[in-house]
Amino acid sequence: MKVLVTISEVADVDDEFEIDGLEIDGRYLTYDLNEWDNYALEEAVQLAEADEDVEVLTATIGPERAEETIRQALAKGADRAIRVWDDALAEASVLDPLTKARVLAAIVEEEEPDLVLTGVQTADDSFGATGVALAAAIDYAWGAVVNDLDLEPGADTASVHRELEGGVEELAEVDVPAVLTIQTGINEPRYASLRGIRQAQSKPLEAEDLSGVGLAAEDLPLDLTLTDLAEPEVESDVELFEGGAEETAGQLAELLRDRGVSA
Amino acid sequence: MAVLALAEHRRGELRDPSFELVTAGRQLADAVGTDLHVAVVGGDVEGFADALDREGVDVIHTVDHGEEFVADVAVQALEGLVADGDVEHVLVPNTVNGLSTAPALAERLDRPIATDAVAIDVDEGVVVTRETYGGKTEATIEVDGEATVLTTRSGEWPPAEGTGDATVEAADVDIDDGAVRTRVSGFQEVGAGDVDITEADVLVSVGRGIEEAENIPLIEAFAEAIGATVSASRPIVDNEWLPKDRQVGQSGKTVQPDVYLAIGISGAVQHVAGMKGADTIVAINTDPSAPIYDIADYGIVDDLFEVVPALIEEFGGEVPDL
Repeated sequence: MKVLVTISEVADVDDEFEIDGLEIDGRYLTYDLNEWDNYALEEAVQLAEADEDVEVLTATIGPERAEETIRQALAKGADRAIRVWDDALAEASVLDPLTKARVLAAIVEEEEPDLVLTGVQTADDSFGATGVALAAAIDYAWGAVVNDLDLEPGADTASVHRELEGGVEELAEVDVPAVLTIQTGINEPRYASLRGIRQAQSKPLEAEDLSGVGLAAEDLPLDLTLTDLAEPEVESDVELFEGGAEETAGQLAELLRDRGVSA
Repeated sequence: MAVLALAEHRRGELRDPSFELVTAGRQLADAVGTDLHVAVVGGDVEGFADALDREGVDVIHTVDHGEEFVADVAVQALEGLVADGDVEHVLVPNTVNGLSTAPALAERLDRPIATDAVAIDVDEGVVVTRETYGGKTEATIEVDGEATVLTTRSGEWPPAEGTGDATVEAADVDIDDGAVRTRVSGFQEVGAGDVDITEADVLVSVGRGIEEAENIPLIEAFAEAIGATVSASRPIVDNEWLPKDRQVGQSGKTVQPDVYLAIGISGAVQHVAGMKGADTIVAINTDPSAPIYDIADYGIVDDLFEVVPALIEEFGGEVPDL
């Protein structure tokens, strides 16, 4: 069985930051593995640990900078990686879900995985749509927002729990091959071991441009355009307590006592 | 021409975002000068159609297929409705099931998709406002093309009210059951433990700012000192530092205590959805720009590891050794 995991490198923004045109000034950004993808990766690696015939392949859309993050994924147990980047992608103001789905679809068509795991969303753009769009693009079954997965290698259905709103889970059967979008909390993602980090350096990491995966720029929808980026206007009327910790704690204690709060 | 909005239901009931979607759909339909159609797929379609017949709805399409909402089925139904009618924009709630439906539909129809809109305007085309970087920024995005698929964030539009005079039509679409590759076998409530945070008058809620599992006793000691119940935001529960039944937010519980103390919680939209109804909200967080301060009534911009021990002492409690 082959499991493909999508790995995104996302930017985390400092508490204080500046916007420069349509972008956040790079000085305030730190790049890291997308949190949701970390759980998807762990789920794939656990499948591989349970059965030696499971191969874990990662797919990333991102610039060369992302290779550090991809090596992290390899260090945690993925077998090999593919990274796709192209001027046509770099020039886009927004990488929309359908564009990402088409690029990933090209990789899937080449690799024919039995299972594709993606994070539910990325932490920066948070479209939450690429995995499900990918399923439609490659005509796989799909399950969105999965927080429990039971799949025997070779089985033709996966049993999943889908995390709905309000503390309710849906129990569902999804035909395989499938795309599942993985929610945080489904497992306990590991840290890379020193041995894993060493081994990751020699695992295959293939870098391709669009033509390398059989696509051309005009195959991509690229139909979202960013026209403005701003800090949201805050309508806060919060009353802040000022002073040292003892002072502020005293003021808050008084407020709480006024509200009748006590043990 | 029409805007088509997909209603959502679960276990025999329409969900609130369906009514908000009617409001958003009417606004968009007005902006482009067209009708608002609503689709209801599966479940008690006639009862749902009755309930959805609110002011501003022109046509309600019913697709009677199965009991529960299944994305596979909804995608097929919407594809059929779009093929039959002149549908410019499809609106879907930005919920778990909405996000299980809209992207597949967009891909099948080869239409652009923008999700999680907090505002939709029409200029030459559709312009969507949505949050990025966890709510730290707001992006304005032009969607290319005359036909789109959009999802709308819950709580951003008021629910539609009044009684409409919509035409209700049983839609003439065929669902190919062979192409439905997911089956819903049931539902389960998460973590029915011995503590019900929805019943608490005072909640002391802890988030990522607590840093480590070993620090949770600090929050528990504070809660004990003031007779409150401990709840948490998602990362705490994901890390299993507290059980799932303590989670406040969209995927956890919705709470309305008299007092809600958010400690080390940034206030992501998913969390706020579960606690904004509290009478008094107090935030303790080192980041003055954290979104929790947008909805807090009172705040202390300081290190929780300084403030919480001081609070415990104020109430005569014992500060644990961490």
